[in-house]
Amino acid sequence: MHELSIAVSIVDIAEKEAARRGACVEAVHLRLGPLSGVVKEALLSAYEMACENTPLAGSSLMVEDVPLVVYCPQCKQRRTLSSMNFLCPECQTPTPEVLQGRELEMFALELEDAA
Amino acid sequence: MTPRLVEVRQNVLKHNDEVARALRQRFHDSGVFVVSVVSSPGSGKTMFLEKTLTLLRRDYRVAALVGDLATENDAQRLARSQAPVRQIVTGTLCHLEAAMVEKALDNWDDAGNPDFLFIENVGNLVCPSSYDLGEDLRLILVSVTEGEDKPLKYPTIFNTSDVAVISKMDLAQAVEFDWQALESNIQVVRPGMHVMGVSAKTGQGMDEWLEWLVGLRSQPLTVDN
Repeated sequence: MHELSIAVSIVDIAEKEAARRGACVEAVHLRLGPLSGVVKEALLSAYEMACENTPLAGSSLMVEDVPLVVYCPQCKQRRTLSSMNFLCPECQTPTPEVLQGRELEMFALELEDAA
Repeated sequence: MTPRLVEVRQNVLKHNDEVARALRQRFHDSGVFVVSVVSSPGSGKTMFLEKTLTLLRRDYRVAALVGDLATENDAQRLARSQAPVRQIVTGTLCHLEAAMVEKALDNWDDAGNPDFLFIENVGNLVCPSSYDLGEDLRLILVSVTEGEDKPLKYPTIFNTSDVAVISKMDLAQAVEFDWQALESNIQVVRPGMHVMGVSAKTGQGMDEWLEWLVGLRSQPLTVDN
């Protein structure tokens, strides 16, 4: 269960960004891939805990699931996988090359200007 | 007033990744080949490493860092190999982070610049997968007693590992271990991964593993996170 330390990092980064812009954080937008090693549900509850007694208390965490995308060397195409079965869904060739799916990225903040 | 949306685009683990990148550069510059070992608790990491250190130190300089939640028992066991060993007690933290490795390397003079540095992560198949430690190779150890479907249950840690070693091969027959099932499950979640079987107790497979490792060190490596 390392989601709490991840949540603390998220709050930390968001707090600094908001302070730099003289604003308060309403929401944090995160992109999360299935290979990030982070469980969304655990992260959401950890986020609330991590926000307590910080300027982010009451803010929300919006998580966008990033699909797992691999490169099929046979089809020479990007393929989206629906599970962790690393086979091309079209031709069943093994697809070790991961193009997308490791993301644990904060991509946007919703800010409200401090009164 | 409606909130405004500001693009940030920042990797949440950026700090860890930066420390890991600096470590990787430092290891490369000083010729240290770094292997991190991940596994579930009780799969035989410590015994495997003790044997690896003992055999490898006949021809190479070796050292080990070992992460553990609460005790220093693992470090004491590894020290029997006569190799320099340092313990990282992680407290309640379920994984190692790059900064902990960096700190553990401070003033570690008796380790010098080893040819091989092993980092034993905390026994956990979930949390360590997110943290780059600056290693050249992430080795996942699975014992024959764990069930052949382990890769399907923990695909992320298998996918982010570079090589799989099956431990406790001396027990394979007793537990009716199915090599083919485990190997094919590994290939499902990490196509192309090299798989070797060892028994640290009897020494079975240890020569093959060490030969493979030594061969890898002499190859130019691509830096890859």
